Amino acid sequence: MSQNPAATPAPDQPAGAEILLRALKEQGVEVIFGYPGGAVLPIYDAIFNQNAIRHILVRHEQAAVHAAEGYARSTGKVGVVLVTSGPGATNAVTGLVDALMDSIPIVCLTGQVPTHLIGNDAFQEADTTGITRPASKHNYLVKRSEDLARVVHEAFYVARAGRPGPVVIDLPKDILIGPAPYTPAATTPHRSYRPQIEPDASQIAKAVALLKSAKRPVIYTGGGVINAGPAASTALRALVRKTGFPCTSTLMGLGAYPAGDPLFLGMLGMHGTYEANWAMHDCDVMLNIGARFDDRVTGRLNAFSPGSRKIHIDIDSSSINKNVPVEIPVVADAGRAIEAILAAWDTDPAEIDRPAITAWWRQIDAWRGIDCLRFTQDMTKGAIIKPQYAVQRLYDITRELQKKTFITTEVGQHQMWAAQYFGFDAPNRWMTSGGLGTMGYGLPAAMGVQVAHPDALVIDIAGEASILMNIQEMSTLSQYRLPVKVFILNNQYMGMVRQWQELLHGARYSESYTAALPDFVKLADSFHGVGLRAKSVDELDDVIREMISLDRTVIADICVDEKENCFPMIPSGAPHNEMILGPEHGTSLQIGGAKSLTDEGLALV
Amino acid sequence: MPTTPHQRSAIISVLVENEAGILARVIGLFTGRGYNIDSLTVAPVDPAANHSRINIVTSGTDMVIEQIKSQLDRLVQVYRVADLSMQGPHVARELALIKMVCKGADRVEALRLAEAFRASVIDATLESFVFEMTGSTGKLDAFIDLMRGLGLAEVSRTGVAAIARGTTTI
Ligand SMILES: Cc1ncc(C[n+]2csc(CCOP(=O)(O)OP(=O)(O)O)c2C)c(N)n1
Ligand SMILES: [Mg+2]
Repeated sequence: MSQNPAATPAPDQPAGAEILLRALKEQGVEVIFGYPGGAVLPIYDAIFNQNAIRHILVRHEQAAVHAAEGYARSTGKVGVVLVTSGPGATNAVTGLVDALMDSIPIVCLTGQVPTHLIGNDAFQEADTTGITRPASKHNYLVKRSEDLARVVHEAFYVARAGRPGPVVIDLPKDILIGPAPYTPAATTPHRSYRPQIEPDASQIAKAVALLKSAKRPVIYTGGGVINAGPAASTALRALVRKTGFPCTSTLMGLGAYPAGDPLFLGMLGMHGTYEANWAMHDCDVMLNIGARFDDRVTGRLNAFSPGSRKIHIDIDSSSINKNVPVEIPVVADAGRAIEAILAAWDTDPAEIDRPAITAWWRQIDAWRGIDCLRFTQDMTKGAIIKPQYAVQRLYDITRELQKKTFITTEVGQHQMWAAQYFGFDAPNRWMTSGGLGTMGYGLPAAMGVQVAHPDALVIDIAGEASILMNIQEMSTLSQYRLPVKVFILNNQYMGMVRQWQELLHGARYSESYTAALPDFVKLADSFHGVGLRAKSVDELDDVIREMISLDRTVIADICVDEKENCFPMIPSGAPHNEMILGPEHGTSLQIGGAKSLTDEGLALV
Repeated sequence: MPTTPHQRSAIISVLVENEAGILARVIGLFTGRGYNIDSLTVAPVDPAANHSRINIVTSGTDMVIEQIKSQLDRLVQVYRVADLSMQGPHVARELALIKMVCKGADRVEALRLAEAFRASVIDATLESFVFEMTGSTGKLDAFIDLMRGLGLAEVSRTGVAAIARGTTTI
């Protein structure tokens, strides 16, 4: 059955490039983000002759991958990238690692010199499979025409199956030019790669029993819930409401549970809320769904949630017991596991300890009472804008206008403020570079989102330093009339670097100030977009409203307080209960705030 | 009182698709994540099914060895991963080729020891010979140590191949 009669090359067959496109169409590909070059010209020829697949011409290959990530994360589909050999492939590497760290399904097609030249240091040759091996979930070098179609189909399967990730297919030019047979996607399971999707029933039963016995439970969710699709978010909501247990989320998981819900404690981790981190520290039972005990979440490992019994649901067994030992591992798709817990919940006769849970909520409400995200905005005319206030107004106004809104970010303080002050109520609306922390991610990611959702409001909440890392994509945005909004929290500094220098390096602001920044209003103009600026608090709302109302690419340059820091903060290597609160709470930004910050902590990133 | 986590040695066997890149991926996994490789062997074991087997001798805490297994298991071309040292009784063997350059009393003594260790002579000249020896890593180590004082010139070892005892298969 799997034997295909056309599985050998014959002269009358179409060129490899045509076969490639046919396979992409069978995989449901609608858009490719790419950049041409000598090695991939045959593919560009094939693209020229058809209309089914749209090609978006980026201005840098790194941006092609981030755009595909934005596309993938906002749609649940696989994002597709096409780049040439040598520098095209090496430029894509940052994007690939970003997608690997954040588990985003990508198929990246790279050109390669013809097979007979491989290994000869030919022009624009790079050992792409060698370079991308640790940068991808899997990669292929297609050396025989008869493998081409099969490899393409397999790459899509591998990219989305199990824990998703980027897959690279290196395509020598002779394979693209020569005749190749077509093989449809296999209907039989993959030979060796078959991730476990369904949870083990006995593990689920143990998990339910432990959850029901909890006196101080917490549900800690991550990007795995988003990756498991909207059904997983629906199941999570049902579980949290059924149990009445508090729920917190990692940066990558925001939106899976609605931010405005009283059972939600906000984000946890280094810049997470006081209540979320304390609940994690003091809980007696922790249910981790699709998160990976990242160091940004755990703080100092030996002080992480010392008294809790832990359940960990993850589709990737290597994430379980990697950093934090857990008592009940469940290897499964997050959505399926939550559904199984819901089903088992009703059949298990035990009751939860209501009085204990009520007492636990009283404790949590006391922590909440600290109001850790409080800040003061001076509302007098001409007053400087607080970055937190800018994000909060952006959120309020988009909500008031009831626009379907997607937010991307760059990396730095603005990213954390976006996570803290923009309330996400639905999955797949929030795209940020979590694992790799790639400055320059947000603009191309927004581009990919806007391509997938032409009528939605797509905003990149940016820093003035990060935005310059892929600013060339303004040109792509204007070419395709993609009305992405760039909302720069312009503090003139690499704010997050400046904050660490202030906190940990004696306020020696070494190279964290960018002199000679561009005039972002003129810059927008030169890229055929619209530039707006808010210099003081009284100008903010008008700028936000105008930005949203324009059906154009807009850069809104929001001049914010240069000295503002991002709180709460758990310095690297400190335990959760040594969180530093901001000046609003009377804590001065002194290193003594984190008592046990050691030299070892200082060495951490 | 802080306890240092117990380190143990493990023999991990991996059944893989015999494809370009798989060995590089396995080795890259070990170097990239800082795991130890004490020895590594790889060879096709079922050409019809296109299967190869990789045997890795490594060491680490139980948690690290579990990690190694899970990390290997999620590679696309990996069929099965087994920790033979945990799974039950197993046999592990290594082959060594040992070149001796010596004469006179040393030569006689080396040959006498070889007989006791069941090493066979597979090449000989008047000044040299090559022993072939199969056994556990410890037995090979012991023999090679004895040879050091008797004119040991060169050693070539395969690394460990291992398999479970009884009816159990990978
Ligand atoms: C590609 C890359 N280089 C360096 C860094 C380290 N880094 C993290 S945040 C940051 C500063 C970002 O400045 P900006 O974009 O202005 O954001 P802000 O923190 O001021 O909001 C830097 C340099 C990084 N994350 N990514
Ligand atoms: Mg800045």
